Amino acid sequence: MVEQFAKLDIRKDENIVYKRTDLLVDRPLSYCPGCGHGTVHRIIMETLEEMSIQDKTIGVSPVGCSVLAYDFMNIDMLGAAHGRAPALATAIKRMWPDRFVFTYQGDGDLAAIGTAETIHACNRGEHFTMIFINNGIYGMTGGQMAPTTLPNMRSSTSPYGRDVETMGFPLKMTELIAQLPGTYYVTRQAVHTPAGVRKTKKAIRKAFENQKNKTGISFVEVVSNCNSGWKMTPVQSNKWMEENMFPFYPLGDIKVDGKLVETKATAAKE
Amino acid sequence: MAKIKGDIVVNVERCKGCEICIAACPFSVIAMAKDVNSKGYHYAIKVNDECTGCVNCAVICPDGVITVYRAKVAAE
Ligand SMILES: Cc1ncc(C[n+]2csc(CCOP(=O)(O)OP(=O)(O)O)c2C)c(N)n1
Ligand code: SF4
Ligand code: SF4
Ligand code: SF4
Ligand SMILES: [Mg+2]
Repeated sequence: MVEQFAKLDIRKDENIVYKRTDLLVDRPLSYCPGCGHGTVHRIIMETLEEMSIQDKTIGVSPVGCSVLAYDFMNIDMLGAAHGRAPALATAIKRMWPDRFVFTYQGDGDLAAIGTAETIHACNRGEHFTMIFINNGIYGMTGGQMAPTTLPNMRSSTSPYGRDVETMGFPLKMTELIAQLPGTYYVTRQAVHTPAGVRKTKKAIRKAFENQKNKTGISFVEVVSNCNSGWKMTPVQSNKWMEENMFPFYPLGDIKVDGKLVETKATAAKE
Repeated sequence: MAKIKGDIVVNVERCKGCEICIAACPFSVIAMAKDVNSKGYHYAIKVNDECTGCVNCAVICPDGVITVYRAKVAAE
């Protein structure tokens, strides 16, 4: 390739300040262009690498677009039946309490079909980490309405917008499980800006660090885009997310070290 | 006086042309190529020499296709 702008060649290994972690398998991710799933996969893998716990970590992948997470994350992984990741993670963590265990789930997986597993794992105070990718839709199956779909938001099964009279209200699963004594750290983040990615990574780090002290569930929601399901370009979808998702799903910590925090998230008006 | 200079290398075949890196760059270093890769995606290219190696683009890229270099060089 012709390099128009490389007057000074600094492309030497000793000058590398960022490169894709080897804990991501060297193959193309199956996600749509601009989808937040890829970003979250990467920062989880970077966190494990920085903590040097990749050989002691077991992940549980869901059903949804990230069903193939085990093909991309180069660590021990198991695939759970739809919504059952917290049940499987419970078994793994109880058999191997010294391992770091996490689930990676979408909103359809975690907050629809898997509601019971989510709530009971949180209420039992299991000692693993849950990563929750909330894009307000069933991305994989063609953009159907999820429990997390916003009021008036269009989806393939609510083409005129979600009418809360007939379709019910969106479920704030993260606020809900924060009320349970079995959860220790509950936060909501987003990966649509570099600063957001850095903050989300810090939250993921904290969620894994907590496992060393067996404190109960550490739960990280990532409000994410589904540009295919939302029928937008990736850049538009991130803007739409800021304008529409964040007012309803405010970013920030909801519970830290076992104590509820008074934040935008908990004080938010309906 | 030494100054900090950065550079990026995009894995062209893995880039999906989502354009998310463009807005993340504080120095408007990145644009989409007119050409496409073998998958048919326009890919990210450098369009000026202002890169400081801040890594914003690499941190935001959902496909992790950007490698960033940074070095102190003698000012011209
Ligand atoms: C038992 C069962 N019911 C339904 C489905 C169909 N199905 C596959 S993925 C999915 C929803 C996925 O949505 P979400 O968890 O939000 O993941 P996303 O793709 O949005 O990341 C559904 C309903 C299934 N595979 N198995
Ligand atoms: S359908 Fe949506 S969630 Fe699935 S990969 Fe595409 S953008 Fe991401
Ligand atoms: S963010 Fe990554 S995949 Fe998207 S256009 Fe930029 S380099 Fe390509
Ligand atoms: S490293 Fe920073 S300055 Fe360089 S291209 Fe990326 S975002 Fe722009
Ligand atoms: Mg979803």
